[in-house]
Amino acid sequence: MIRVVLPAHLRTLARVDGEVELGEGLGTQRAVLDALEASYPMLRGTIRDHATGQRRAFVRFFACEQDLSHEPPDAPLPDAVVTGAEPFLVVGAMAGG
Amino acid sequence: MTGVRVLVGTRKGAFILTSDGRRQQWDIDGPLFAGWETYHLKASPADQARLYAAPSGGWFGQLIQRSDDSGKTWEPVGNQFSYDGVTGTHQWYDGTPHPWEFARVWHLEPSLTDPDTVYAGVEDAALFRSVDGGKEWRELPGLRGHDTGSSWQPGAGGMCLHTILLDPADPGRIFVAISAAGAFRSDDTGATWRPVNRGLKSDGIPDQDAEVGHCVHRIAMHPSRPGVLFMQKHWDVMRSDDAGESWQEISGNLPSDFGFPIDVHAHEPDTIYVVPIKSDTEHYPPDGKLRVYRSRTGGDEWEALTNGLPQRDCYVNVLRDAMAVDSLEDCGVYFGTTGGQVYASADAGDSWAPIVRDLPAVLSVEVQTLP
Repeated sequence: MIRVVLPAHLRTLARVDGEVELGEGLGTQRAVLDALEASYPMLRGTIRDHATGQRRAFVRFFACEQDLSHEPPDAPLPDAVVTGAEPFLVVGAMAGG
Repeated sequence: MTGVRVLVGTRKGAFILTSDGRRQQWDIDGPLFAGWETYHLKASPADQARLYAAPSGGWFGQLIQRSDDSGKTWEPVGNQFSYDGVTGTHQWYDGTPHPWEFARVWHLEPSLTDPDTVYAGVEDAALFRSVDGGKEWRELPGLRGHDTGSSWQPGAGGMCLHTILLDPADPGRIFVAISAAGAFRSDDTGATWRPVNRGLKSDGIPDQDAEVGHCVHRIAMHPSRPGVLFMQKHWDVMRSDDAGESWQEISGNLPSDFGFPIDVHAHEPDTIYVVPIKSDTEHYPPDGKLRVYRSRTGGDEWEALTNGLPQRDCYVNVLRDAMAVDSLEDCGVYFGTTGGQVYASADAGDSWAPIVRDLPAVLSVEVQTLP
């Protein structure tokens, strides 16, 4: 199971409290974000650009005390994220609004 | 009992201010979309319970929110604004080509007759339309694709399409205004467009009376007389009596003809309101006195309205979408400031009082008159 932590604005938008839990076998950023947007369609366009599919400029991805923002979307996620031991963090950058 | 609902967009969310027809006591709901910069929200003229809002932000981009119960609850709807076809370039501030990039929605204009049809004016300047209550948005590409599109340039606030006027007498006619391209008119429901800027003169462009390039700040019309338009330009207050074919200056005795909003009395088509601002570099009222100016003659002759407004040490701005009128028998006039005040007059501007003083900076004010 993948655990995703959303920033406050997006938790409000998606109407969730705390972490979001997604299914098994999501081994890449793209797979996680696709699954997240499938479960919460209102998040489409807020994390990744609608047209390009790229991470929005003021959004960062962290996990296991690492910055994964610039990893290729199809690169494997750390095992600890894939197994649910550690959450995948979607973070609003310090200077976004 | 009749009443009014004032819809206020601010830098950090939206607020709904409600009163009965006396407009003395107000209930204040909000913030809605807390933390989201809400450039605009507006109700459908065809269904008073249907509201649209356009929150956006630097982190997470654009949202469109819709309410079907007068703002009590909201649902996010479609937020994909993709330009049609090859986007090309417009002029950047320094005159070099710059690719069209979507930044945000500045203005939502619901159809006069269909609650599910709504127009969106966006930055970089383009006009979108939804016919399914905001779920899907499609550009009306004839505007951005006009021959002059590659020469449009941004104003200080960005290259925004901020004004959309739907002609109540002619369903095919739409006016829009873009900073800093000018005013445009369509007579075929948005399929094709032409600039309507003859008579405008702007000293910030090489050819002062060029076909496009004018920083139009706002246009207003009275629904009973849609061929008459009033414009607050970067500098100059203007009037057209032929649906934009030509414009004449009506700045008259204003203390400054720079400003942002302009609006028309609900029952007197020649009574108009502006808020003079000192200059393009000093965005606050002249002499520190917040004064609305009213003309009862369709321009040129203006009177200062000061009763209840701060007349010393006031250095707020009133942005282009931040003034509106109600249509009660005694026309109410409303405006919001960058200092977070929303002022109301229940007597057509003769006297004013703040509804609320300490909101985030106000970006837009709209009013619904309730039966």
